[in-house]
Amino acid sequence: MTPSQKKVLAAAVLVAAAVFLLVAPHLLRPYGIFILSTWVVMTIAAIGLNLTLGYAGQVSLAQAAFVGIGAYIAAYLTTRGWPFWSTYILAGSSCFVVGWALGYPALRVQHHYLAFVTLAFNTLVYLIFRNEEWLTRGIYGIMNIPRPEVLGWSMARPIPFYYFLLAHLVLISWATWGLIRSPWGRAFIAVRENPIRALSLGIDTRRYTLMAFALGAGLGGLSGALYAPLTQFVDPTPFALGLSLNLLLMVIVGGSGYFFGPFLGAVVAVLLPEWLRFAQGYYLMGYAALVMLLMAFCPTGLLGFVDRVLTSKPKTTSATPPLAGTPAAQKAAG
Amino acid sequence: MADFIQLLIAGLATGGIYALAAVGFTLLWQTSQTINFAQGEFVMLPAFFVLIGMNYFGQPFWLSVVIALVVTMVTLGAMFKKLIVDPMINHGVLPLVIATIGLAILMKEGVREFYGADAWPFPPLAEAINVNVLGAALSLQSLVILGVSIAAVLALQLFLNGTRTGRQMQATAQNPTVARLLGIPVERMILYTFLINAALVMLAALLITPIYLAKFSNGELLGLYAFIAAIIGGFNQMRGAIAGGLLLGVIDNFTAVYISTQYRLVVPLLFLIVIILFRPQGLFGRVEERTV
Amino acid sequence: MSPVLEVRNLRKTFGGIVAVDDVSFDVHEGEILGIIGPNGSGKSTLFNCILGQLQPTAGEVFLHGQSVTGTRPCDLNRLGVSRTFQLLQIFPQLTVRENLILAGQEHQGTMLSRLFGRRDAGLTGAANQMIEFFRLGHLADEKAGGLSYGQQKLLDAAMAFMAGPRLVLLDEPAGGVNLTMLQSLRERLKAINSEQRATFVVIEHNMEFVMALCSRIVVLAEGRVIAQGNPADVRRDPKVIEAYLGH
Repeated sequence: MTPSQKKVLAAAVLVAAAVFLLVAPHLLRPYGIFILSTWVVMTIAAIGLNLTLGYAGQVSLAQAAFVGIGAYIAAYLTTRGWPFWSTYILAGSSCFVVGWALGYPALRVQHHYLAFVTLAFNTLVYLIFRNEEWLTRGIYGIMNIPRPEVLGWSMARPIPFYYFLLAHLVLISWATWGLIRSPWGRAFIAVRENPIRALSLGIDTRRYTLMAFALGAGLGGLSGALYAPLTQFVDPTPFALGLSLNLLLMVIVGGSGYFFGPFLGAVVAVLLPEWLRFAQGYYLMGYAALVMLLMAFCPTGLLGFVDRVLTSKPKTTSATPPLAGTPAAQKAAG
Repeated sequence: MADFIQLLIAGLATGGIYALAAVGFTLLWQTSQTINFAQGEFVMLPAFFVLIGMNYFGQPFWLSVVIALVVTMVTLGAMFKKLIVDPMINHGVLPLVIATIGLAILMKEGVREFYGADAWPFPPLAEAINVNVLGAALSLQSLVILGVSIAAVLALQLFLNGTRTGRQMQATAQNPTVARLLGIPVERMILYTFLINAALVMLAALLITPIYLAKFSNGELLGLYAFIAAIIGGFNQMRGAIAGGLLLGVIDNFTAVYISTQYRLVVPLLFLIVIILFRPQGLFGRVEERTV
Repeated sequence: MSPVLEVRNLRKTFGGIVAVDDVSFDVHEGEILGIIGPNGSGKSTLFNCILGQLQPTAGEVFLHGQSVTGTRPCDLNRLGVSRTFQLLQIFPQLTVRENLILAGQEHQGTMLSRLFGRRDAGLTGAANQMIEFFRLGHLADEKAGGLSYGQQKLLDAAMAFMAGPRLVLLDEPAGGVNLTMLQSLRERLKAINSEQRATFVVIEHNMEFVMALCSRIVVLAEGRVIAQGNPADVRRDPKVIEAYLGH
């Protein structure tokens, strides 16, 4: 399939998906709308992680902590009367700053160590959420989180709030697309593919990696600020290590480094288990098995698989971005 | 003072178990660049093999242990290497890490689904009585655990340093390319490391499961402690893993008693972060030259 | 006028192994200096130490009189130093033009301005010029991974020149390139050298290439400088002959 044919196919798929997303809530029951809304929120968090992992090549297991920080900021402030927009911006920027502060020392170590540092960070943050009752109400959680108002229109009901979330997803996607297409995006690719070469071209790998990490964290915070009014109840349980692992798997399964990878990954991680509800335990096992199979046969995820199938020239140096740090990436680079 | 010694011995005992898991973890990393995120689940599972042997096949405990050991070495040793690690090692470290994360989930959910979500009792290796040592009432179980872990580690050291195969394994761990040139059967040496790891996790399971009961979720915390112990000690040194494990066990116990049980994990986690940031080679490890 | 590059008593050890041992030399503006020596004589390690890829164990490096010992490669690049690599290091999934834009973008504006500015950081024109100069015109929009080895080598060299560097270090530019490409490469390098007064330091194994391209040669053996001078003299130097034959 030629590149232009691929573009037409991609456009067709996108249009179909957009139509589905716009129309679906009117065909679903409230619970279905809730699940779809959860998908939107998780996709935003996964987009953030995709920046960190897929574009900058850094393994972060702290994304759940950032989602949690964002959620608690939004929950704490909106239940005290702050308007949604200010908490949203505060959540995003706080997580950006925390991400920067964490990343500044942490990114000096090698990849596998970063995974452990972020794992430790996530667990620590979770412990704080659980134990510091004066701030977070501990295991009792923060309840009755209000839904925002936009220009006098209340977003309290499921369908309007869903569109509200969808609008955020569109905005964030547009901003991220702009980022990827800018010189920064090119620099991220360089840092991921070949940091040594990137350095020799004047690219400050440390600064770009830090930026990707902090931006990823900021997006996690935004996702959390949207999660709070969605569930209208925030407690520590969702923000444990499990969510970080889940987000990581989402990004990988969808296709790390592909723009729509997080969208697809979130479908597999959020929507699929709901449809397979009856087989809950088996679902998780199947999901885990899928991940392992993908890693063995197609580490570039589902979108990577599709890309490979559709690409006309089956060369090893094809258009698919090899997974960071792998011999395939090094082979492709030289 | 007596309390202190009791706590110290208990800490060293759990530390010994962490050390076993950490040593296996380190060995896998050294010889085959495998970061086994499922190491905690690797310790959780053999206990269930034993329980299955006892409850479903009606075998006595000791026989179940032997069978479980064989099964563990075959599945978590040889099969893990042949079916999971080998196909993926060409794709680099990251896919393998992700695959072991997947494996951990698979093992955890598999046990929950097929055996159950409860916590089952597990026969201890020693009676839960206290022994009087120098005026302190020490748990016999702690002493036995500590003794067994130390014995296992010593046996491993003896094997690695005193036998030809052991020295070949060490050479493989230090530099596989050169080892190959020297005619060492590197693939077989790597297989041995996986088998040794399987034996180590089996032993750890026997020691820890009586205390925490057999539960599908045991792996999470254990795995975390194994990683922390390995990294604190020094990811590229076996000695470090042992020291890291013992140190961690003691810190963990003392934190729980003297600081707070709620924040029990905080001290090891902070330790981990500090070590990674300021001394990434661990307390006992060698510095790896970074070129960038 | 002070030399563009001064290397003083540079030393690099790895554990017990001395890879570079008390190496000193100067590079003057506009010259093409060749560094040759048998395998394992420390040439690449020397480059890596000069370029900040490795921290030297001892010794100093000066760029236009300013000390740059151990400076990070990206900072050195912004001071006007650039390099090519022995093992090809282009970005295969980017097009030829994109590779070149990437090579020059960090010198345009600030990091923040690059986020909100033009997609190509204003470098399409410069990239096209470079493509013309290295005669890669027909390949401008091809993914770099699809080029032949020789063409990739030309791209690699082109990338090193995108930012208009004052000093370029080339690590075995002739390696694996066929004869016709080699001619082209050598001729292009000489052209840039005279047109832009750029200074080169070249590591090479290919004797003919080095002798024809370089105005001065430094010979390394076992980490030490054993001879310096013009190509003809160096070729006849008995120490040099022995170093090569002795291996």
